[in-house]
Amino acid sequence: MSWVNAIIQGILLGGLYALFACGLSLLFGVMKVINLAHGDLAILAGYLAVGVVAVTHLPAVWSFIVVVPLFAALGYLAQRTLIQASLSRGVLTTLLVTFGLSIVIENALQQFFSANSRSLSIGSLVSDSLHLGSISIAYLDLVIFAVAVVVLLGLQYFLSSSRPGRLIRAVADDREAAQLAGADYRHIFGIAASIAFATVALAGIAYGMYTSIDPTSGTTALLLLFAFEAVVIGGLGSLWGTLVGGILLGVVQQLGAQVGSSDQVLAGQLLFLVILVIRPQGITSRRTA
Amino acid sequence: MSSRAQSAPSPSPAPAPPAAAAPGPVRVTRSRRSAILPAIGAVVIIAVLAYLPYAVHEGTTSLLVNFFILLILASMWNLLAGYAGLVSVGQQAFIGLGSYSVLIVGLHRVSPFLGLPAAAVACGAIGLVVWWLLSRLRSGYFAIATWVIASIANLVIIRFPSLGGGTGEPLSGMPTGNPTLLNAEIYWASLAVAVIVLVGLYAVLRGRLGLVLTAMRDDETGARSIGARVTRAQLLVFVIAAGGCGAAGALELLSQPFVQPTAAFSVQWTAEMIFACLIGGIGTIEGPILGTIVFFALQQWLANYGTWYFIVLGIVAIGVAIWAPRGLWGLISERLNIRLFPVGYVLWPVSGAPAGPDGSPPGPPALHQLLRRLGRRS
Repeated sequence: MSWVNAIIQGILLGGLYALFACGLSLLFGVMKVINLAHGDLAILAGYLAVGVVAVTHLPAVWSFIVVVPLFAALGYLAQRTLIQASLSRGVLTTLLVTFGLSIVIENALQQFFSANSRSLSIGSLVSDSLHLGSISIAYLDLVIFAVAVVVLLGLQYFLSSSRPGRLIRAVADDREAAQLAGADYRHIFGIAASIAFATVALAGIAYGMYTSIDPTSGTTALLLLFAFEAVVIGGLGSLWGTLVGGILLGVVQQLGAQVGSSDQVLAGQLLFLVILVIRPQGITSRRTA
Repeated sequence: MSSRAQSAPSPSPAPAPPAAAAPGPVRVTRSRRSAILPAIGAVVIIAVLAYLPYAVHEGTTSLLVNFFILLILASMWNLLAGYAGLVSVGQQAFIGLGSYSVLIVGLHRVSPFLGLPAAAVACGAIGLVVWWLLSRLRSGYFAIATWVIASIANLVIIRFPSLGGGTGEPLSGMPTGNPTLLNAEIYWASLAVAVIVLVGLYAVLRGRLGLVLTAMRDDETGARSIGARVTRAQLLVFVIAAGGCGAAGALELLSQPFVQPTAAFSVQWTAEMIFACLIGGIGTIEGPILGTIVFFALQQWLANYGTWYFIVLGIVAIGVAIWAPRGLWGLISERLNIRLFPVGYVLWPVSGAPAGPDGSPPGPPALHQLLRRLGRRS
């Protein structure tokens, strides 16, 4: 029974990884940007949510009403200024810009909010769980997983079927050709970045509910690495692949934890290596890496 | 001076080699004579640095040890990313393994100083194995895979209780006696490694491998298409960088002398080398040196301001990336047209006319501009 429990917990944990990886997957897939500031942006969103709760006294769950639109706007702004300016100068420049952004966010948070850890208190949701025989599933994990599935599959549908989604894919495939056809790629990149940032905000709020956060969590927690792994395992540019990748990683980690508590992370990393060796283009992608 | 092309003309993807496309015959020389002055300067600087333990406080030399470690790391990352196109965010794997190599050597009652070359060799060998896993990957995939490798190295190391497990272990086997002399020896060791790395890089980049690497730096597909053995060059670079980072990790443990796995395998190392390399200017030997100096200067100025130091560091990184994409050395060499480590070729138009008073070549302006363009990274 403990193995079944491990698989269920792994799937739920994978939801958190996938939600965290969604923004990375979009920026990586559309703009080929490796966003080193991703983790810090999520933590910034978590802190904003803490601030919103403190000011408005709303339940923490509703803080996304303020934080997500704010991050969407921030994403558009960041794309049109920093990321766009660095994109035209090559991949290394974006690496340096996002790295600089990461240090600035982390230390600004430390400067203004101190190094103390905080969490988004959500009352009974964090402790209550659903009991199915000997298996108990925390409601919070279930909610995060549901949000991840809705966001990732919703965005996948948006990208494949809606007009702005098709434009984003067109620009990602061939910027010049899309521009010749009349698409303003800067604006479209801006839209993609604002969607990516909005999902980062959701992930940050979810993470703030899941565990306590401090200004350095964005770089010290292995979550950022797990998110990158979920993107690569799933295959570049495929959001439902990212969801599958996140879940696979979560399940393998939980199964590893069944073997020994120190095997949890290692099991996930070995899975990543195995997939890189046998299928470097990712499990869902038909394109080659 | 301005007629010097920093890169070899052959890697250009242009339909015909530029030298042949340019009107008039061209004589090609290596920049030997102009390298003499910087060489003398370098010898003087190394002599002064080697004398420092007799002249300054120990605090200064231990700061310089950290400086040399970052200089080695930044130069290695420059070789990887700036020349071979291998953007690694996992070099901390070799830093950590280098530290642990020295720890193991010390545990066997052998002088940890002998562990320094052993660490470089061991990390080079591990780099060879890792390369086998990574060689098929490109850009983003490669970067994330290197990071995962570093994480795995960390997770494997902490499984050995004899190496301190997850909490860390002090270095044993250091010679007891005069601590001042010991500090001076650590300083000389790190100076020696830094000099070997820079001289080695210069030698490599002037040689045949350097030609292939410079061609790759400018255009990898173009280099492949003219028959450059790109994959072999990348393998060599990866192994060299693994060994260099291993040596840096060994120096880190010698100077600490305590190893803590989370710190030794921290991605922060890679962040620092990327910073020093890109701020200074990637794709040149001088860039990482200047970048490391800037990094330490900022650290010294702003050390008392805590988090503001990092905020300024981040803003500098963003500013340089956007406004000076070739780094600070790029700005300097563009304005003043100087190169301390000339690895390129000089093309002299053989028209008989001497160079102009300002050093500008007498050849047709088209050739002149073409050569200047070739020296510039896109």
